[in-house]
Amino acid sequence: MQEVADAIVCTGCDAAYRRTRLGRREIATCPRCGTELDRNWGAWATRILPLTTACLILFIIANAFPIVEIELRGLHSETTLVGALFALTQEGRSLVALLVLATTLAFPLAQLLILLYLAVPLVDRRRPAGFQILVRLMQSLRPWGMIEVFLLGVLVAIVKLSGMAHVLPGPALWAFMGLTVLLTVLLSFNPRAFWRVVFDADAERQE
Amino acid sequence: MSRHWRQLPSELASAVRPAVVAQFTEPAEVEVHQASELGLRGCPHCGTVWRDVGEGEPCGHCGTRLHRRKPDSFRRTWALLIAACIMYLPANLLPVMVTRSLFGTQYDTILSGVIYFWVGGSYGVAAIIFVASFLVPLFKLVALVLMTTLAQRGSTWRRPERAKLYHAVEFIGRWSMLDVFVVSLLVGLVRIQGFAEITAGIGIAAFGSVVVLTMLASLSFDPRLTWDPRPERAAPP
Repeated sequence: MQEVADAIVCTGCDAAYRRTRLGRREIATCPRCGTELDRNWGAWATRILPLTTACLILFIIANAFPIVEIELRGLHSETTLVGALFALTQEGRSLVALLVLATTLAFPLAQLLILLYLAVPLVDRRRPAGFQILVRLMQSLRPWGMIEVFLLGVLVAIVKLSGMAHVLPGPALWAFMGLTVLLTVLLSFNPRAFWRVVFDADAERQE
Repeated sequence: MSRHWRQLPSELASAVRPAVVAQFTEPAEVEVHQASELGLRGCPHCGTVWRDVGEGEPCGHCGTRLHRRKPDSFRRTWALLIAACIMYLPANLLPVMVTRSLFGTQYDTILSGVIYFWVGGSYGVAAIIFVASFLVPLFKLVALVLMTTLAQRGSTWRRPERAKLYHAVEFIGRWSMLDVFVVSLLVGLVRIQGFAEITAGIGIAAFGSVVVLTMLASLSFDPRLTWDPRPERAAPP
């Protein structure tokens, strides 16, 4: 087993290419299948920490406050995300509750915490304990966090209820909107870029 | 100089073309070499490229097992797809939401929810739910069956379009969770005892399982199989 240093292999079609040096914000794509091969991340590493912190704050607000309130002839009802999950569990739909818990709460939170843990030592390009496993976990969690779909779900639910009750958006709704925007930016980073940072640091140390 | 810019072995350098910096080009049938034919294998996790790798040997940098193709890709994809097709029926036929109010009990399936919005005049919302909950899962099932069948036959028919289709399936997969979230939220919110109460129907569990199964199917499908040369008749599958 031998490393081939300046080659790159497309994950979408297994085509082999010679690595091209990329300028700022340039993206190399596979001309055959369109999969992204490599990207110049620019000031990527310096943006992770502030973005993750902002996301975590919004995440707490989004889950601590009610998302929507309804008023129906003087009767009043409101729910948080966790409240909705409890209601589902009480009805015996615990599998559905588990699915929602995982995709809107557990996985995004895990992604944010891992990013925070990785981003702090990244500032001086160190590799924290468990780096391998955590970067791999980041990659596996990537398709399963669905905050943005949940936000659309909240909006649809509001429209659905507006016909029969008076609907008031709660503070968590605004937090979810901000969270969706920031998370989209934050998670567009390919976890593979973590390895690139570490490889480059290793190479410099060898010289 | 970082070590990423060291030279390729000379016998490979002539065969491998440089990566293209391009953002808005259409994929096309281009003459490139399969890494597996050159004896190269890229780590799917950290991107390092290796030569002379045994099947299933761990990557020297990140420890990911390096397989030529995802193991048992066809069999796993088919199993998940068949399961998803079976669950697709109860997901669309059984009620996903039960509304109990003073006016009686109402059972809603995915499509009756769409009709409710359409009749009520919210065409935009009706369209969103129809696309996300009905068309997207159906499109995913058809697309995955098509891609898996063609790849298994070693077909070269419209490969760039099939690659695009795979990207599309990966991108839209998550959006069909929409109805699961809508129902969960309504269940948590509309709990005014004896006046109006919404509970989740068994259909939503089936629907959630379709979304998860199709996502797993698209993850276990290996898009590289689309570009592999037609398998020899004598070779084991």
